Amino acid sequence: MQQDKSVGERLWAIAVWALVIFFVVNVIATIAAVAVDSFGTRWFSSWLPAGFTTRWYKAAWDEFQLHDVLVVTFEVVGAVVLLSGLLGVPAAYALARRNFPGKQLVILLFLLPMMIPPITFGIPLATVLYQAHLGGNMSGVILANLVPTVPFVVLVMIPFIEQIDPRIEAAARVFGAGTGRLFVHVLVPLLTSGILAALLLVLVRTIAMFELTFFTAGPDSQTLVVTLYYAVGAAGVRSNQSIDAMAVIYMVTTLVWLLIALRFVDPTQIVTRVKKEAAA
Amino acid sequence: MTDAALTKAAERPPLRVRLKLRDIDGVTLLVVPAALFVLLLFIYPFAYGFVLSFKPKTGDLFANYRKFFSDPFLYDTILATFRLAIPATLINVLVSVPVALRVRRMRHRRVLTTLLVVPITLGTVLIAQGLLIYLGPQGWFNRALTLIGIGQVRLVHNYTGVMLSLIMSGFPFTFLLTLSYLTGIDPSLEQAAATLGARARARFFHIVLPLLAQGLAINMCLSFVQTFSVFPSAVLLGAPAGETRVISIAAYQAAYEQYDYSMASAVAMIMGFCQLAVVMLILAGRSFAYRGAAAGGKG
Repeated sequence: MQQDKSVGERLWAIAVWALVIFFVVNVIATIAAVAVDSFGTRWFSSWLPAGFTTRWYKAAWDEFQLHDVLVVTFEVVGAVVLLSGLLGVPAAYALARRNFPGKQLVILLFLLPMMIPPITFGIPLATVLYQAHLGGNMSGVILANLVPTVPFVVLVMIPFIEQIDPRIEAAARVFGAGTGRLFVHVLVPLLTSGILAALLLVLVRTIAMFELTFFTAGPDSQTLVVTLYYAVGAAGVRSNQSIDAMAVIYMVTTLVWLLIALRFVDPTQIVTRVKKEAAA
Repeated sequence: MTDAALTKAAERPPLRVRLKLRDIDGVTLLVVPAALFVLLLFIYPFAYGFVLSFKPKTGDLFANYRKFFSDPFLYDTILATFRLAIPATLINVLVSVPVALRVRRMRHRRVLTTLLVVPITLGTVLIAQGLLIYLGPQGWFNRALTLIGIGQVRLVHNYTGVMLSLIMSGFPFTFLLTLSYLTGIDPSLEQAAATLGARARARFFHIVLPLLAQGLAINMCLSFVQTFSVFPSAVLLGAPAGETRVISIAAYQAAYEQYDYSMASAVAMIMGFCQLAVVMLILAGRSFAYRGAAAGGKG
């Protein structure tokens, strides 16, 4: 394409890039501030803390009972990942391969929990869970977290399944495979990368899912992000550095999985899979 | 049964076949568990909350709603939320367009998109804690402002703090959406216009913007709905008893501080209604824009 070289257009380009750089620098600085503070001894009136130490991590680990919190977090996340895969992938297969009447309605049903923010449906959902005696414990937290993740897996998996040649499935059927064996021996091996991508994104989203866990968790079923929220909200009770140490532990648990996820998906896909379906 | 009915029944293919013709068979049933789950834990709670909101602890059918709209401590939350959500949405969506236009032609695009996914992934709670330190009176940002001679500015525990956190966690999302819509527009359309002598400005307003309008409308809806339901950052970075007392705080207090689930459901319904109203408004505005293929070429 022809390059536009007028002064105004050049200035405009420089302004846009300056904005991008300013934004990225601020994001990095915000995250770095947490990390630096968590290793600092005292940090009052200087650019960097007076000295560096790792003792806040030990303090945070004991103060916030992070061992228990991490166990709960991984139990919740593991259950959510497993169940949303088991519910979501078969549903996506049905939606990708069949054109039954009312299919658009079913797709709308799966779109709604992803478009409506968790705060809006979280309170009615928590009310229903508490009435069913599922609120305030782990099963309630898992059920609440599944509400956005099951539709997410369904919508992410549909395009992956549509890519598979239906003749492969037909061949398996000719040789007598039922739907169960078709899944185990044909579909799951072919869909490995897609399923992995979808479930890793579910994993990252569930670790960071604050609202739904916050509304449904009891004292024994808080995940890391909810514990962090309470600690930040009650600042002054605990030292800021140990809160930051917990924040760094939270960041590491999230970003490790994000890095693994990014091996399988393009960053834009994290937001766009949803939108492509929404636009259709 | 008469003979006619019998022959008719015999001519009719069995149920299995009839269902199969409409694409309903064993495979179709695989959608049932997931659909049932969403019905049970999403649609039913919504309906339940709707009904519950009309069964107040005391008073008649509309007592909750009357209470909400007569108490300034409650109805002002709508205004406070709109005051945050509308500017944040407009800033995020409008700035995302020029930035995405530039980044689209960038060589190492993936580095930038990966960097921007990080704040989305970390979530609002962590961003709030980070901003509390970074923008605080002793934070790097205020230090830099002092260094260049502007002096200390109060940026946290007020409206500005919440707005900045909405931009920091919201902009990457709107930007990545806009970018993906932009890359969906066939570059040959713009090349054709450039060949015919259109300059960047004209190409943008006559070709890119009309094709992008649909995507921007959806982007705006998603972004607005997200910012309208701001909660953790309004509590942690704002003044939750004052100017950033948003509607989600009112809903939370009704449910978890007064244990009035009926009132809390009413507030949640009002919140949902506000979101729906704005989404409808944006989508209605969308119909004035061009609708058609963005792919171009043959087809």
